[in-house]
Amino acid sequence: MLALRNITAGYGAFTALWDVSLDVATGEAVAVVGPNGAGKTTLLRVISGMIAPRAGSLSFEGIQLTGRPAYEVVARGIAHVPEGRRIFPMLTVADNLKMGAYLKTARRAYAENLERVFGLFPVLSERRRQRAGSLSGGEQQMLAVGRALMSRPKLVLLDEPSMGLAPVMVLRLFDLIRRVREEGYTILVVEQNVRQVLKLVDRAYLLEAGHLKMEGRADALAEQDFVRKAYVGL
Amino acid sequence: MIDPIFLAEAAVNGLLLGGVLALLALGLNLIFGVIDIVWIAYVDLVMICMYAVYFLVQVYGWPIWLGGLISVGLGALLGVGVHLLIISPILGSAPINQLLATGGLLFFLQSFATFLWTTDHRSVRVTLPTIEIGGMFLSFARLIAFAVALLVMLGLYLFLRHTYVGTAIRAVSQDRGAMALMGANPRVVYLVTSAVGGALAGVAAALLILQYSVHPFFGAAFGPLTFMICVLGGLGNMVGAFIASFIMSEVISIGGVVWSTEMGYVIAFVFFVVMIFARPGGILGKRA
Repeated sequence: MLALRNITAGYGAFTALWDVSLDVATGEAVAVVGPNGAGKTTLLRVISGMIAPRAGSLSFEGIQLTGRPAYEVVARGIAHVPEGRRIFPMLTVADNLKMGAYLKTARRAYAENLERVFGLFPVLSERRRQRAGSLSGGEQQMLAVGRALMSRPKLVLLDEPSMGLAPVMVLRLFDLIRRVREEGYTILVVEQNVRQVLKLVDRAYLLEAGHLKMEGRADALAEQDFVRKAYVGL
Repeated sequence: MIDPIFLAEAAVNGLLLGGVLALLALGLNLIFGVIDIVWIAYVDLVMICMYAVYFLVQVYGWPIWLGGLISVGLGALLGVGVHLLIISPILGSAPINQLLATGGLLFFLQSFATFLWTTDHRSVRVTLPTIEIGGMFLSFARLIAFAVALLVMLGLYLFLRHTYVGTAIRAVSQDRGAMALMGANPRVVYLVTSAVGGALAGVAAALLILQYSVHPFFGAAFGPLTFMICVLGGLGNMVGAFIASFIMSEVISIGGVVWSTEMGYVIAFVFFVVMIFARPGGILGKRA
């Protein structure tokens, strides 16, 4: 479904990703783990078109998306839940979700999608008239995920969904992501919380200082060695 | 002692002027909030639109409402033009360059108007009655201007509140990058914002020409006042700009009656300086 071939990318003189190749098949859940600064966020940004790669190619369902702007990529069916959630704090929860359905195709199915998102995250329905900035961290993350689902994506990119959340909330959130998965969405998730994320996904990649170091089935990788490497990069 | 009726009249006139000022402040603020650039030449676009209404109505004999509609359309076109020709090429550059570029546009428009139409003051002579309410004499032109300004602002509110594009405009002013992830082309959002901001300038022009004569330096008279209102309300804050418009217009209007017109402006500017020391983020702005 998604194929990255020899992607090199960075910011200015700094190169964050070196020659990265990665695949995600339809219906799969894949994690990219690694220590801070490994290039995980950059990887998702390249996929969603927030930054253009310097070299390499990116295709989705057989269509070349290399260097296409973000607003075109989302129309192809890739929704990105960015690092730090990036919800619109001054808009209401309902307006945030409405913006998730900005695409013409998504507007037509707005009511249906809203019902689906409220089914997954009932708390968003309760708080729909509240300003998004007034939600708790966990609720804001649910809103960010819900907003991404409003565009009816085929692939959902999640950037550190557990970041800044209390441990109890982290467990709840992973539960919710599991439910999102069961709805049939393909997921590519970037996480520092390795132990939790390996329980969620089918496969995982280890990214270290911009290079992909290891790849394998999640259950096999849940071994001590991989987890240690992902945490400390040794 | 001043007759209280004069004070009341001044207060009402201040309110009426505030409505038109609010249009200008909201237009400028909308553009700033979304594109993060202050259009120094904003009121000079109003000046160009005022000339358009003047020529259509006074020279070619069009009805004022039709001239006004043309002014709105012209304003929107000018807004789009300014964005495409001046702002868009320098979007990524340092803020000072953007200020200088729109400042340059100001001098261009002033000189352009002086060259084409000389420095004569021109006004539309539409005879509108003065009405007397409880001893106060109020100009019908100002009442109409106020009513139209309020209606247009209500329309703007509904647009920003209830349409996809309007909500996207508010969203972009909070997080530019995230809106692109929703599938909105930032360029389209910028163009719509510029067109709406320009259209507001066009509306203001049609209302101002009923009360003031137009000349190439009209922008110099109302431009600084508009910027002060935006800053006083908290740059980018629409509700703040709306309230600040009425505060400033009341200070000018009442100060003008109690002392003199010039003193009215002096007091307003001093008030502005004091307020900026007291609340640097504006009356409704976030505290730093």
